[in-house]
Amino acid sequence: MNFDLTSEQEMIKRTLRQFADEVVAPGAIERDRTKRFPVEIFNQLAKMGVMGLPFPEKYGGGGADTISFAIVVEELSRVCGSTGITYSAHISLGGAPLFLFGTEEQKQTFLTPICTGESLGAFGLTEPNAGSDAGGTRTRAHEENGGFIINGNKCFITNASFAKHIAITAVTEVKDDKKEISAIIVPTNAKGFTVIDQYEKMGLNSSNTTELVLEDVRVPAQNLLGKRGEGFRQFLITLDGGRIGIGAMAVGIAQGAYEKALEYAKERKQFGKSISSFQAIQFKLADMAMKIELARNMVYKAAWLKDQGRPFSKEAAMCKLYASEICMEVTSQAVQIHGGYGYMKEYQVERMMRDAKLLEIGEGTSEVQRMVISRFIGC
Amino acid sequence: MNIYVLMKRTFDTEEKIALSGGKINEDGAEFIINPYDEYAIEEAIQVRDANGGEVTVISVGNEETEKQLRTALAMGADKAVLINIEDEIENGDQFTTAKILAEYLKDKDADLIIGGNVAIDNASGQVGPRVAELLTIPYVTTITKLEIDGTNVTVTRDVEGDAEVIETSLPLLVTAQQGLNEPRYPSLPGIMKAKKKPLEELELDDLDLEEEDVEAKTKTIEIYLPPKKEAGRVLTGDLNEQVQELVQLLHTEAKVI
Repeated sequence: MNFDLTSEQEMIKRTLRQFADEVVAPGAIERDRTKRFPVEIFNQLAKMGVMGLPFPEKYGGGGADTISFAIVVEELSRVCGSTGITYSAHISLGGAPLFLFGTEEQKQTFLTPICTGESLGAFGLTEPNAGSDAGGTRTRAHEENGGFIINGNKCFITNASFAKHIAITAVTEVKDDKKEISAIIVPTNAKGFTVIDQYEKMGLNSSNTTELVLEDVRVPAQNLLGKRGEGFRQFLITLDGGRIGIGAMAVGIAQGAYEKALEYAKERKQFGKSISSFQAIQFKLADMAMKIELARNMVYKAAWLKDQGRPFSKEAAMCKLYASEICMEVTSQAVQIHGGYGYMKEYQVERMMRDAKLLEIGEGTSEVQRMVISRFIGC
Repeated sequence: MNIYVLMKRTFDTEEKIALSGGKINEDGAEFIINPYDEYAIEEAIQVRDANGGEVTVISVGNEETEKQLRTALAMGADKAVLINIEDEIENGDQFTTAKILAEYLKDKDADLIIGGNVAIDNASGQVGPRVAELLTIPYVTTITKLEIDGTNVTVTRDVEGDAEVIETSLPLLVTAQQGLNEPRYPSLPGIMKAKKKPLEELELDDLDLEEEDVEAKTKTIEIYLPPKKEAGRVLTGDLNEQVQELVQLLHTEAKVI
């Protein structure tokens, strides 16, 4: 057993922590209000070589591990959940499937611009009637003249407005009422492809969440990602990795809210004393610190298993479930400790509480995570 | 160009200083590259990128200093040297550090040596100038601009807010003031490569120095925290009375007028 970060992981943590405090944190309230996507932050992250972090150097990546990915997501999310989710989705939903299932040529063509930050990464899975229930997928891809013609709608797609191409899932054939689902890489500037950025969300306001409309979109056959009919299996594997990202994001938001609450509790005086000297507040803060520590350990463990090339689906579901639920509790308590001020945007914690809610929903709801875990423990 | 950077590991600027047993308590404190030395590292990298050559970062410190040296390597320095004096020297001062650095540098044919203007802990600002004196090369402190053309150097120096332009030549030692540049964040490829870059570790012995040769010239008598700020006093009464009282207090109590 060894609980130490490597010297690289430690330096990544220090660098990103400093970057988050100096560059990401200052505009977070304003961006939440105006819903402005922080392009300049991602340009700077690209310059630092962070956008391709876990992918091999030959595609312009950084060759770092999954623990480092979790560290970056946590540090960004600690000060701005929107920045955190953009980065997490870019890597784990946008880049990962191309890296895991793409041909060498597809990786050169589509993964490289993701690593350099020229394109953000996005993944088109969810539809109005299909998310974790992939059987509900309605988007169809017909093969014709050595290519696919795609029709359908996708919803809640992160980063699509800033992506040059997106892997989407579509039904490529129906045999005996069974849908064959495949993933196909679609350029976002293809004729008939529309990205709609019109959602009004509860939180994560400066992240980009879109609807995709595909009307007779034609792509060449070589844009099929991996093997035909493997779309379902591919997206399960992709989501396993994505859950580590969501877990790390939850740890980051919780850590940010906890730090704010601790600082405030030490400064705020009531009845002649700092409120941090009252046991009611101390116990809240102690619980917050404990839960965050446990969640982070679980995120690191899932990431470590993935880095070792060992099965990690159960641990990924556990870390995502636990971290997102404690994140909701911690952010809610952070608002509580702040009292009336906590309800005000200026104190940041109300935004963190709103941002946190998505984590119990995105990339498989808490209920779906419990289903996944149940299967692994033999129910 | 052969460029050397003098770097010190210091307390994080965010740390609260606590004393125990007459010494500053370092337990659990975060350490960083002295912020002024960060400007020095950045400048060295920029000069190298423009003129070619190599950047070596040197620090006189302890085992822990490797972390800050690795960070400098991650930023883009080529090599690092740690002169570890942990076991041999208990109470060094500016003389100690300067003597060790000069001894290391004397046969290195350095074209340019850059240090921070001061370290944020002891803030003496002496090590740079002392090293230059020992090496008998010119030095310019608190610089905000550095232009190199062949061996001619034009330096802009901060003089209490005014700028002084000095022309000099290589070899040269300069110390960096805030405003010289904007230090970069280490890049991910830089971080991944930092461990593979050479980091040489030396002791006094390797420099043919004895402890007596570098013995501190100063002695620390006492370390104490600045007095706590007292609560202010609010004057009352009508405006004229308040003014009179204020003038009176400034005269008799504060003795400033």
